[in-house]
Amino acid sequence: MRLDQALVDRARTAAKSIADDVWRHIEAHTTDSVERTALRLLGIVGVNEIDVPLVNVVVEQGRDHLSSGIIAPFVALMMDSGMSAQHVAEGIATGTLTLAPVACERRDAVESHAARLAADGVERIDSARRRREELVAELSDPVKPWLYVIVATGNIHEDIAQAKAAARAGADVVAVIRTTAQSLLDYVPYGLTTEGFGGTYATQENFRYMRDGLDEVGAELGRYIRLCNYASGLCMPEIAAMGSLERLDMMLNDSMYGIIFRNINMERTFVDQYLARMLNARAGIIINTGEDNYLTTADAFEKGYTVVSSDFINEEFAGRAGLEQWQMGLGHAFEIDPARPDQVVFQIADALLVRQLFPQASPKYMPPTKYMPGDIFMGHIIDAMFNFVGVFTGQEIQLLGMLTEALHTPLLQDRYLSVKNAKYVFESCRSLRDEVAIRPGGIIERRADELLGKAVGQLEKVQDVGLFRALEMGEFADVSRDPGGGRGFDGVVKRSDDYFNPFYAALRQGRMSGPPVGPTPAERATLREGGR
Amino acid sequence: MDVKPYGDTRDDGVMQLSFTLPIPNSAKATDVGKQYLEKMGFHDVAVAEVRSIDPGFTFYVAYARTEVSIDPDRVKGDYLDVEEMDYYAINTFIKKDVGHKLVVVGAAIESDAHTVGIDAILNMKGFAGNYGLERYPEIDAHNLGSQIPCEQLLKTALEKRADAILVSQIVTQKNIHVQNLTKMIELLEAEGVRERFIIVVGGPRINNAFAKELGYDAGFGPRTTPVQVASFLAQEAARRQNA
Repeated sequence: MRLDQALVDRARTAAKSIADDVWRHIEAHTTDSVERTALRLLGIVGVNEIDVPLVNVVVEQGRDHLSSGIIAPFVALMMDSGMSAQHVAEGIATGTLTLAPVACERRDAVESHAARLAADGVERIDSARRRREELVAELSDPVKPWLYVIVATGNIHEDIAQAKAAARAGADVVAVIRTTAQSLLDYVPYGLTTEGFGGTYATQENFRYMRDGLDEVGAELGRYIRLCNYASGLCMPEIAAMGSLERLDMMLNDSMYGIIFRNINMERTFVDQYLARMLNARAGIIINTGEDNYLTTADAFEKGYTVVSSDFINEEFAGRAGLEQWQMGLGHAFEIDPARPDQVVFQIADALLVRQLFPQASPKYMPPTKYMPGDIFMGHIIDAMFNFVGVFTGQEIQLLGMLTEALHTPLLQDRYLSVKNAKYVFESCRSLRDEVAIRPGGIIERRADELLGKAVGQLEKVQDVGLFRALEMGEFADVSRDPGGGRGFDGVVKRSDDYFNPFYAALRQGRMSGPPVGPTPAERATLREGGR
Repeated sequence: MDVKPYGDTRDDGVMQLSFTLPIPNSAKATDVGKQYLEKMGFHDVAVAEVRSIDPGFTFYVAYARTEVSIDPDRVKGDYLDVEEMDYYAINTFIKKDVGHKLVVVGAAIESDAHTVGIDAILNMKGFAGNYGLERYPEIDAHNLGSQIPCEQLLKTALEKRADAILVSQIVTQKNIHVQNLTKMIELLEAEGVRERFIIVVGGPRINNAFAKELGYDAGFGPRTTPVQVASFLAQEAARRQNA
């Protein structure tokens, strides 16, 4: 498909300038969650006697010092007491230790000690990333589009059973849906959990158990199974840290989504997102962005361009946090009303546009939800058309639609039918995109051109007013948000000149590069045959 | 008059069934599925598909006949007398029949710390694929969250000139929800503003009859979706407008 390169360049220039503006805010602030993340990376885990996470307790105790960063006073206590980070945190929780500002003359010593501790923390992330590379090389890497399914039982043990079943049926990525409103909690719950509404709490222990479960089934199948969760909401960077340590492979990680759909304060979440994305970059995690959601509020036919412009913005923010192109799972969706004539033709245009604009990225293609009927038989057919567009336009991550979308969280059999649907369509149409060309000047090209033109128009408008103001004006998803409103605003702290957080530097130093590499499942099978 | 499922002949009682049993797909799996349906009272069971969907799980598609029938005229209950409309119809209806944006204020009141119910109905994202009231262009929805004292909820409702108040009660230990719900109504009455609002309650142990008994205009139980609430609010607002 032909695209107007001048428009593409204008889009990227506008996205850069939009990000520059937000960057001045990001670099001038820290947040409660950023500080808690730093503590988590020092190795602090657990909760106090009333189930408040120790990192929350420490940040509360150190509230007066937050503008300088929690790490310096905390590490000073570690040095004074000779105790581990965990023991110091416990001491602060029981009241035997108290955080105090670090005197000027000690500052250098404390900071260089903290930098060493930060390097140790980052090494734990690196070792998880190396382990992924080993496993992918040893097992195999599924052919794209990857089949991405969700589990959402609310009980980690049931989730694991369902995730394994999904992998055996053919799923390549399993996302564990979080319990309703976890994104609004200003702390991360602790331990294994078996009670959640429409999803399971994201806790480090739940991450670890699910990871073990997927490794187990991956070994059985000879295919690396990827795990996805949600680094979004008020604890965005903390969850990114937990996921980095526990070898999650994908994370929903998008401030724009939180602002628009969860009413998270924008000043808070852009600061949180920067650190979260640096962690994901370091850990080799693929982020997923939430543009698809815009089309559940706004009309997909009329407002399809908002997805494209937001993808450009997210690409720019991701790049600045060090994410490589392959780590950018930019979101888009199949949400045009099936009753519209030529719906699938338009969907091909929209999906192909995203694919061509971000050729090195790993776009995440989302299934129909808005117009999914209670008639599951019809729903299954709409999903098949979605799968067709996914494989025909060369998408990389295909979140599978469920015939029971809008009815209930997927039953075991729903997921099986959904995987079967995708596998049939993908395999039966695998080579089609190499066989046909898009007609110059036809419906598809015209639609893509129109979308790109409107996206550039929107980006340049956002550039003029600034992203915060644009969000206030309801530019995305037809939803308006107040920069000073929303959740978590009270956890935004202006940095003072002596602000110190060693992780910003440590996460950039000596980072590994490139996706993990392994044979395809078919190549692996042939290798094994040959070996015999 | 009694009715039965209709396959291709009146009263043939044919039903289409699909389900999964937690058993391996062994030689006898077909009979297990068949006999299970027979135990449920079905006969002429035809198992169309038996498929292993995991080592320990077998998926069935089957057709079977039932002798069970029902008389629709004998189905009675205290139902909310409201025509369920869809998202688009509701917005059009408010525009046309109410004439102004419907202002809605909602909260989980008093000691209740659970936002799951009020969020499901109000939050943009909605519930079960059904958008929340915040998303309706013709509804101006304010979600105050949880643990909101009755006084604060009323104050906000007055400030926002709300048409409707939504109360959520999830916690029901020791019937705490009854106390809280009664307090809300008593407060409205004491302030002399009960008639100014459409007031509804939702929660896992709420039904319409119970809500009416407590003095609410309607009650919504488990599995309620935002369109059901929005349909009621729109139609009730129009009814009051025209009364």
